[in-house]
Amino acid sequence: MDIDSNQARMAEFLRDSRDKVLARWCELAMTSSAAGGSADELRLELGDLYALMLRAMAAADESAAGELAAALAELSRTRARAGASPGETALSVFTLKDAVYELVADSGDMVPEFLAFSRLIDELGVHTFETFAAAREQIIADQAVSMLELSTPVVKLWDGIIAVPLVGTLDSARTQLVMEKMLEALVATGADHAVIDITGVPTVDTEVAQHLLKTVMAARLLGAECTICGIRPQIAHTIVSLGIEFGDIATKATLADALAHALGRSGLRVGPA
Amino acid sequence: MERVPIIKIGQVLFVSIQIDLQDDSVLQLQEDLADELAVTKARGVIIDITAVEIVDSFIGRMLTMIGSMSRLFDAETVLVGMRPAVAITLTELGLTLPGVRTALNAEKGMRLLGGSV
Repeated sequence: MDIDSNQARMAEFLRDSRDKVLARWCELAMTSSAAGGSADELRLELGDLYALMLRAMAAADESAAGELAAALAELSRTRARAGASPGETALSVFTLKDAVYELVADSGDMVPEFLAFSRLIDELGVHTFETFAAAREQIIADQAVSMLELSTPVVKLWDGIIAVPLVGTLDSARTQLVMEKMLEALVATGADHAVIDITGVPTVDTEVAQHLLKTVMAARLLGAECTICGIRPQIAHTIVSLGIEFGDIATKATLADALAHALGRSGLRVGPA
Repeated sequence: MERVPIIKIGQVLFVSIQIDLQDDSVLQLQEDLADELAVTKARGVIIDITAVEIVDSFIGRMLTMIGSMSRLFDAETVLVGMRPAVAITLTELGLTLPGVRTALNAEKGMRLLGGSV
């Protein structure tokens, strides 16, 4: 007996007992998932899935299978964003098997049909798992990008003076981005002074120092001078222990000192009014 | 080979590079500049590279050499209008252009020379 005819017969059975199976499925899915969402919403979602599944099984046409996969992917994605675990999403698909089994168990003559059906459900469950993982990956990638964007602002302190407050660990990719953004800001604003504030940088190793030095050198090539400030005591200690030389680059304790220094170089002075 | 024109403005020689720099045109520029400096006794050289998108190590070194050469004529060299991407490339190549001053744009470069010219 081939699988297609088994599936078609199963689809017929499922269509006939649609209401009973769907009600039981919703019930089981509700209890198995801890995630929020109203029963009505769930019924609607599962109802759609059920209808698509029937179409995919009965006609075995490609478009229905595609739609089913897309609907499952969508369900999985929304669940992922709502914070449900992949297990919960997959379980809510697998519970359909239980719901159907309860009905078929009595008759006993539907075994091959049920097996084919079971295989289909397993595939669908795995599919939700895969999309769930992909959705999660996507979320993580998006967050990494937005973190990179968020963490590298370039602010204007004064006419001709910009500041780059760095927060978080500096790696090659980030320093590259910081360097590019700072140099572009220098050119765009015509500023000839940049203050790099590293108060929020937890550790400075030789690599990070190297990146900082490169940034300062590149700024110099553009015709702008950089001041590094916000070096915390532990970091100062590390820098000296590692034997890193900042050469003739101006370093100041705080952002305020660095601003005063930059203003001084621009020929300005802040004093009592 | 395209030649880069050298324009005399007061005591300053202004060189605006508007072409894709080839090795031989840079060498030619170096020669032309030396001749011009000897004749005009200019006190400053401004090289505008706003339009230059690619600088390799050879051209980087040539720019440094132009700086050292101008110094022999008692003229100061200011490189202006470098693009961020070019600056990043030069630093990655380890070229810091010693002996050449830099400014964001031609105006700032002129002002930089203003004190010494």
